[in-house]
Amino acid sequence: MAGSSIMENLFQHSLEDLIKAMRLQLIGETTFISKAVEEIRREIKSTDQQTKSTALQKLSYLSAVHGVDMSWASFQVVEVMSSSKFAHKRIGYHAASQSFNDDTPVLLLITNQLRKDLSSTNEFEVSLALNLLSQIATLDLARDLTPEVFKLLSTTKVFVRKKAIAVVLRVFDKYPDAVRVCFKRLVENLESSEPLVVTAVIGVFCELAAKDPRSYLPLAPEFYRILVDSKNNWVLIKVLKVFAKLAPLEHRLGKRIVEPVCDHIRRSGAKSLVFECVRTVLTSLSDYESAVKLAVEKVRELLVDQDPNLRYLGLQALSVAAPKHLWAVLENKEAVVKSLSDDDLNIRIESLRLLMAMVSESHVADISRVLLNYALKSDPGFCNEILDSILRTCSRNFYEIVVDFDWYVSLLGEMATIPNCQKGEEIETQLVDIGMRVKDARMELVRVGRDLLIDPALLGNVHLHRILCAAAWVAGEYVEVASNPFELMDALLQPRTSLLPPSIRAVYINSVLKILIFCLDCYLLQSDGSGSLYSVNLEGGQSELFSAKNDTEATELATCGGLNYEQDVGFNPRNTADYSGDLSVENGIDRAATHGKTFTSTLLAKKNFMHESIVSLLNRIELIFGPLITNQDVEVLERSQNILSLVQLIKEEIIDNSVLSVDTIEKKDTRVSAIINFMRDAFTTELGPVSVSAQGRVAVPDALVLKENLDELQAICGDTELPSSSSFATGGPHCTTTSDASSSNLLKNEESGPLNESTSLIEHRKRHGLYYLPSEKSEIFPDEYPRANDPKSNSNINDEAAELVKLTEQSLLLKKRTTQTKPRPVVVKLDDGDLTPISVKRPEPRDDSLSGAIKDVLLGSETGPSVSRSYPSGKSSRKQKEKKKLSTNDRSEMKENAVDSEKPDLESPNSSSKNHGHSKERKHRGKEKIVESEDHDHNEKKKSGHRHGRRKTHQRAKSPLNVASQTPVIPDFLL
Amino acid sequence: MIKAVLVMNTQGKPRLAKFYEFQPVEQQQEAIRNVFSVLCTRPEHVSNFVDAESFFGPDSRLVYKHFATLYFVFIFDSSENELAMLDLIQVFVETLDKCFRNVCELDIVFNYSKMHTILDEIILGGQVLETSSTEVMRAIEEIARLDAASNAINLVPKSVSGWRSR
Repeated sequence: MAGSSIMENLFQHSLEDLIKAMRLQLIGETTFISKAVEEIRREIKSTDQQTKSTALQKLSYLSAVHGVDMSWASFQVVEVMSSSKFAHKRIGYHAASQSFNDDTPVLLLITNQLRKDLSSTNEFEVSLALNLLSQIATLDLARDLTPEVFKLLSTTKVFVRKKAIAVVLRVFDKYPDAVRVCFKRLVENLESSEPLVVTAVIGVFCELAAKDPRSYLPLAPEFYRILVDSKNNWVLIKVLKVFAKLAPLEHRLGKRIVEPVCDHIRRSGAKSLVFECVRTVLTSLSDYESAVKLAVEKVRELLVDQDPNLRYLGLQALSVAAPKHLWAVLENKEAVVKSLSDDDLNIRIESLRLLMAMVSESHVADISRVLLNYALKSDPGFCNEILDSILRTCSRNFYEIVVDFDWYVSLLGEMATIPNCQKGEEIETQLVDIGMRVKDARMELVRVGRDLLIDPALLGNVHLHRILCAAAWVAGEYVEVASNPFELMDALLQPRTSLLPPSIRAVYINSVLKILIFCLDCYLLQSDGSGSLYSVNLEGGQSELFSAKNDTEATELATCGGLNYEQDVGFNPRNTADYSGDLSVENGIDRAATHGKTFTSTLLAKKNFMHESIVSLLNRIELIFGPLITNQDVEVLERSQNILSLVQLIKEEIIDNSVLSVDTIEKKDTRVSAIINFMRDAFTTELGPVSVSAQGRVAVPDALVLKENLDELQAICGDTELPSSSSFATGGPHCTTTSDASSSNLLKNEESGPLNESTSLIEHRKRHGLYYLPSEKSEIFPDEYPRANDPKSNSNINDEAAELVKLTEQSLLLKKRTTQTKPRPVVVKLDDGDLTPISVKRPEPRDDSLSGAIKDVLLGSETGPSVSRSYPSGKSSRKQKEKKKLSTNDRSEMKENAVDSEKPDLESPNSSSKNHGHSKERKHRGKEKIVESEDHDHNEKKKSGHRHGRRKTHQRAKSPLNVASQTPVIPDFLL
Repeated sequence: MIKAVLVMNTQGKPRLAKFYEFQPVEQQQEAIRNVFSVLCTRPEHVSNFVDAESFFGPDSRLVYKHFATLYFVFIFDSSENELAMLDLIQVFVETLDKCFRNVCELDIVFNYSKMHTILDEIILGGQVLETSSTEVMRAIEEIARLDAASNAINLVPKSVSGWRSR
């Protein structure tokens, strides 16, 4: 046995050998590591401590650097930890801190070892144990080792004491009852003359105060002393952090610390300290004008500094100030805007945030425009940051900042055409949401949708598919305000739609159905009431005039695919739904006036729904959807099947009718008319936004068992893929199978498509080389908003920066909107304070569940008699301490109450959990204290807080037992 | 408090990884990869901060410093000052420099255990305890001496020495 041990020892690879070998290995890192681990597994079982510890060291190296699992070796870790040799012990402790966690079963075995090492005379052994405890302490460990840690809190060895103090944080966290034992000694250490000890204590208080600041208000005098006296920047920074938490809770505290903090800002040469002061002022002392001014001055220095770190932090400080002191941002806007073109992404993002903070409804349009130009020029990442912040800012609180929705909708459309845009999902939701909420924006929405749908280039961009989905839905849903349904149809039927994923294709198909129904309906009604065409008014006459003009322009007017946008009630049934009552001439004129040029252009394009165009439309649908009935995706297949059946049904009769020429009376009675009427009615109901809580308001039927286990269903469904993600609320279902439209079909469509087209469209396409891309776009729809990729907008950055500065200037002057021509349209909101369906990404609120527990312990030591059960030390001494602690809290609370009577009684909810006798006693004492404390107040008012503090220290030194009762001096201090 | 200290080289190979809140090794490796993927895209002479909330949860900040072939990365929360953390990286590197005399990546590769010892003297349980590299060095030397003392007998393995002393 001895022999093998020597052999093992001599031939074992050390950690260094392992690292060397790994650097030279040729077999691949993973193979090498698994071989090494195999070797370690063998070696670690050795009875020789040296071999074992070396193996463990290698393992912990592999675990830390190469991510090898070492939880299997936890027992060996314990073995090595308990070695008597320091070198081995060190390896063991390191391995434990590396691999142990709350669930490690062997944790129970190390309590005694830790206790032994914590009490060791060798400070380095103690340090090892403390280090481990700071990382892995569990409730059990913390509870069992509290006495040892408590002893170490007052050891003379600074090296150990500072570590013990740091460990207290973890102990408190895991075992709050330890507060009763250790808190007093922890506070005493604040007064230590050892800077390292003070650093450690203040660090602990900084962490504790971050979770639950209120409990530490009584310690404010101590902290104040440190703030004034300390010369150590580390300590000052931490104390400032503590005060940043405490000051908002107690305004008198703010008054006291504002001067010292400003002093530090003025005097200190350390940037870190100055920045911390500035941040403290801006977050917690923002009511003190002069301090804020000083802080903002410092921020300005940071903003123009050479060091990008300082510039970045300066911007961050400004965004802290922005909500309360917007002027601070506006004063520095040049620097902010300049930062938008900084090399550093962090700085750019920070400045973007600030810019968006400055936005108000008067110039949101201009700022968005400039930002969009920046977006075009910047790298994809930042481009999307910009888009994201525009989208978020504008959609905030039901688009409260947006006045002109036509502008906003066209902005969304523009964003979609930016090459790097990856915000498809967000734009999709907003497009649909605006459609449902803002009635007046629908016409522009359809126009923007049309522009997007009609561009075949966009279909190839995966990121845009979601936007196209929204555009298609909008086009179908609001087709009645479309300028040209035939054009929409063309766009939706173009061959490249085969590039879309099936779920979106399904939406396209559904929109085709809606548009088809609309066209047919118009066609029937038109031929139906041809008489009414003559009963026309001024508007109608005008349109006649325009169509006459069109006649001269295009010979093939009949099939040009224009929509006769008729004002007659009967003519447009979906308008009837929207505008109840008679859609008279005035109404028409109103609308024409409202929508200005767009509407006039609608009239310009006015065409009759001619028989031929309808027939050719039906033919095309048949042709293009024909191949889809073999599509693999059920949704696409079913919808196209439905639409095809409908088309076949209608086509027969319409063609029949055509034989009878324009026999309108007969047409009216046909089956087609009835069908279309039904279909139209089905689509008439307007879709609105749905409250998030809507589902909750639906009563659950009695027979329905919702908590039924649906696991079996999964087995049945088997490999059926689940819908990927929900697209929009009213959209179609979402299936994810690849589109299978073969290229041959595609070709055929491309070739045969035009043949069935009306001649004008053919000519049209010839002219533009592209499918379905009308060039009159710019003539018909005068584009008030410069295109995103307009070459002229690529002017140099400086100009833009200057422009942006100018724009932000406007908000400084708070200029009223004067150019606003129309009132802000109504945005539909649901009553019960629902959330917008738009997913605005906000930072999650921080979890502070811990604070409650700590507060209980710190404020009301009365929470639990549970302390005693587990605490092993002498009962009497514990009780004494407990009492002392109690009196501390009572007094501080009582005083607080005396000072601020409005403050809710913090104790009352806790006192019930206390045992009866005790509470009585306490009450009694509490009463006494009120009287006493009032006296105290009077006395203390005359003394300065500072002097008082000193006196207190003096007393403390003399009789430590008195300390506790003297601690709660803050109220005086605060006065 | 400080959440993690990472040292990795410019190829993304981790050289030191210390997490002050327990994380399974897979997550540790994932975090290292994530951090590297951001760091390697950052140009020279830009700020030393990186948005870390996406990998380390809310209220996480990250500062890093680039020395020769190494990145030194500290991840911490709002209880620490960003500039102070940059200083702390400096302290750490200074200490390494004192310890290894002109520290280079190889020293760090081969002195895994010593690196941790140094770090443990500066930071304990996420709390900064020592900011003077001289003090840290004093402790390190003492620990090395103890190590050597306990290993001295070991030049001759225990079993042999037991046999000899008979």
